Amino acid sequence: MPPIGAQPKDYLLSVEGLTVSFDGFRAVNDLSFYVDENEIRVIIGPNGAGKTTVLDLICGKTAASSGSIRFRDKELTKMSESQIVLAGVGRKFQTPSIYDDLTIFENLEISYPKGRSVWGALTFKRDQAVKDRVQEVAEIIFLKDRLHDNAAFLSHGQKQWLEIGMLLIQDPELLMLDEPVAGMSVSERIKTAELLNTIIKNRSVLVIEHDMKFVEDIAHKVTVLHQGKILSEGSMEKVKNDPKVVEVYLGH
Amino acid sequence: MKLAFLSRRDVLFLAVLAFLLLVVFPFALDGFRLNLVGKYLTYAFAALGLVLCWGYGGILSLGQGVFFALGGYGMAMYLKLEASSVENTKIQSTPGIPDFMDWNQITELPYFWQPFHSFPLTLILILVVPALFAFVIGAAMFKRRVSGVYFAIITQAIAAIMTILIIGQQGYTGGVNGITDLRTLHGWDIRTDSAKFILYFVNAVLLLGVILIAMFVRDSKLGRILVAMRDKEDRVRFSGYSVANFQIFVFCLAGVFAAIGGAMFTLQVGFMSPSLTGIVPSIEMVIYTAVGGRFSLFGAVYGTLAVSFARTSLSESFPQLWLLGLGALFIATVLFFPNGLAGIWRDYVQPTVDRVLKLRGKPSDPAWEAGKSSTAPAE
Amino acid sequence: MFGDYSLGDLGSIFAMQGFAGLILFSVYVLMALGLAIIFGQMGVINMAHGEFMILGAYMTWLCSEFFAAYLPSLFGIYFFVAMALAFVASGSLGMLVEWALIKRLYKRPLDTLLATWGLSLILQQAYRSIFGPREVGVNLPDWMLGSLQVTDSIEVPINGLLVMALTILITIAVYLLIFRSRWGQQVRAVVQNRVMAGAVGIDTEKVDRLTFGLGCGIAGIAGSAFTMIGSTGPTSGQLYIVDTFLVVVFGGAASLFGTIASAFTISQTQSTLEFFLSGSMAKVITLLAVVAILMLRPQGLFTLKVRR
Repeated sequence: MPPIGAQPKDYLLSVEGLTVSFDGFRAVNDLSFYVDENEIRVIIGPNGAGKTTVLDLICGKTAASSGSIRFRDKELTKMSESQIVLAGVGRKFQTPSIYDDLTIFENLEISYPKGRSVWGALTFKRDQAVKDRVQEVAEIIFLKDRLHDNAAFLSHGQKQWLEIGMLLIQDPELLMLDEPVAGMSVSERIKTAELLNTIIKNRSVLVIEHDMKFVEDIAHKVTVLHQGKILSEGSMEKVKNDPKVVEVYLGH
Repeated sequence: MKLAFLSRRDVLFLAVLAFLLLVVFPFALDGFRLNLVGKYLTYAFAALGLVLCWGYGGILSLGQGVFFALGGYGMAMYLKLEASSVENTKIQSTPGIPDFMDWNQITELPYFWQPFHSFPLTLILILVVPALFAFVIGAAMFKRRVSGVYFAIITQAIAAIMTILIIGQQGYTGGVNGITDLRTLHGWDIRTDSAKFILYFVNAVLLLGVILIAMFVRDSKLGRILVAMRDKEDRVRFSGYSVANFQIFVFCLAGVFAAIGGAMFTLQVGFMSPSLTGIVPSIEMVIYTAVGGRFSLFGAVYGTLAVSFARTSLSESFPQLWLLGLGALFIATVLFFPNGLAGIWRDYVQPTVDRVLKLRGKPSDPAWEAGKSSTAPAE
Repeated sequence: MFGDYSLGDLGSIFAMQGFAGLILFSVYVLMALGLAIIFGQMGVINMAHGEFMILGAYMTWLCSEFFAAYLPSLFGIYFFVAMALAFVASGSLGMLVEWALIKRLYKRPLDTLLATWGLSLILQQAYRSIFGPREVGVNLPDWMLGSLQVTDSIEVPINGLLVMALTILITIAVYLLIFRSRWGQQVRAVVQNRVMAGAVGIDTEKVDRLTFGLGCGIAGIAGSAFTMIGSTGPTSGQLYIVDTFLVVVFGGAASLFGTIASAFTISQTQSTLEFFLSGSMAKVITLLAVVAILMLRPQGLFTLKVRR
């Protein structure tokens, strides 16, 4: 909970009274939470708790029924998806969402923050700065030798990395990751944790994850969702020992 | 325009096509056949638009005939007004208006015909009206995330509406007969053999120009964004692009291409009628594109020529067989050659050509490779 | 356009045109029902649906000729035989087409559209070769030709009522079949998760074939009804395919109720406008209105808000 009298702009992201219902079912119900600059926040909770819906609401994929989402001084609920991205919010989807028919280079290039209008895209020049940046990111995501292969030929884990790379090139202030290590092999998980640790510097991150070991490694603060509401919030230590959390989520 | 964006392979394809259109056909064919080729090529404009819109952008429009009509009727209206001078029409009860209006007891030229007295204005309207119309449809549909099958059905309905409207409003449009008896363009008689010869070249050069524009779009980042959108629309959206704007752009571009084709059709053939613009011609434009290979600009041109030639020769000798043949071609293309002639070329002919000419490197065209993974029949 | 008529006249006109529109409504409902099953349940765009309808119409015509020539005493009931025959013929052809063509294209909806368009061309040519290029008309038995005098100015045609009643019966049967029977449950299971449905032992191929056949068979019955409002020719079906698709989309593709309501709205608008305007303008205005509404509300009129 925010300290009394705090200005909303003290936080990078302030979600207040957020509600969305589908045909009367309240997937997210009067939800409020705050994310600081450079904070790494992990959202956990059982299936159907509304975790992915929260990310959908923040990035504009789903329209809120009521409530507000403030990012810096901007009200995101009134903005289009692309405006939200330009404001500095990046989102990774749960299943790897990359362009199979383009090469790794082209995949990364599309996320390069330049030439995003129709005219801009027509006149976009692949200059040295673009090539260098793509090269640099490709190295971080372990794909620098495969720049000119089609993305369709990557493994599941590599596709996840590619999408993370695409977000990295986008350079958002708030990065939202939906289960980044799901479906990965053990060695891929270790590499991914390493990757995430490099890229979360200098930005705020909102992560949904089930892998508790992974959560413990990276989280500054944990929010536990249950049936669209916050069940508990605080440090990992605090949340782990909260009896309510143990009952609905950690207990099994 | 700088052509630095073209790969060696593109330049070679372009040169071959230019040689074929500008040298081989004019020398090898008589005037009648050459005019026929010119007529076929006007449909290739529409097919080129569909390559970008459908092949690259994944937006299947079954209403390209509408844009073909807007261009074709625009040109026809200008020519008809010129042919309906007071002197030429003095036997009518109202001289100075097109004959079909007179037959339908219309006594005054309707307001939307007025701008077509001016040739420059006509040229502008031929490009602007289809673009605007495409923009309105595109904005209404794409901003609301309508795509795929729904978009195809709605564009087909629009083609149907347009045709019924043209046929129903005989007094304003010439009805089912269309606008006929066109004679001169700015005083120049377009019915003579020499005029037809010159118009063929104008048409061919315009077509090559449109191919260049299309190649520029395809090879720009916009072309790659189209492919990306077709594949993972949401990822593009959440990478900061307004997906709808890109869809609107490519739909408008395809519409303008088709309109240029329509205008050139009117000039070369000397009339424009609803039978060239309705549901069936619109779908035929899609089949030209599919037969040529929906990811290939050059394929679109060759596909149009191949299907049209087949139609002419088959329907001359075995009229009943033509429909069967066209239907079978449709099915065979979809089932067995989803990448059309371009796919056959790429898989069977290209390797040999490459060996002979020692061309190396990847094809510049990302969606070519794409075709393999995205449209190959599912196992 | 309403100015020349008194209110009472207008009431009668609407009522009369409304009943006159009954057969059109029935044709739309039956066509759209078939399409909605195929499109809504299977995601396949069947551009040859009009040709399946026309097959039913030809079957009805054949029946009327056959009964008139060989069984004149039974001519009064030939129409029922014809409907059954139309269902069987179109349904069987549908299953054949599913087996030969559609099943290879389930993952490519836009391609089914192209392939079935090709099929429609082939069928049109086949009809032209078999039945001749000229349009044929069907003779109805005398008892179906009359009309009921409801008030002084309102008459209701008996064949319209009959077709209407049959349409309602068929609609109820389809509803029961899809939403209440075990087979319908399998169809819906396959729609929602093909792999899982296969894994729990549903023969998905058989379900697909029967579903497609059912949709086409209903189109065949629509063809029987169609013979009462138009003459049958090789390309008559093509004229209906655009309208029918609009009916399905307008109603919201997955909703049976929506399909019926939308068929009713469209057929009644068109039939009422036809009284005041020329047929072609009535059609233009109806289609334009539908397209305009779809542009504002692309999900159709009767759909629920769900998480995407």
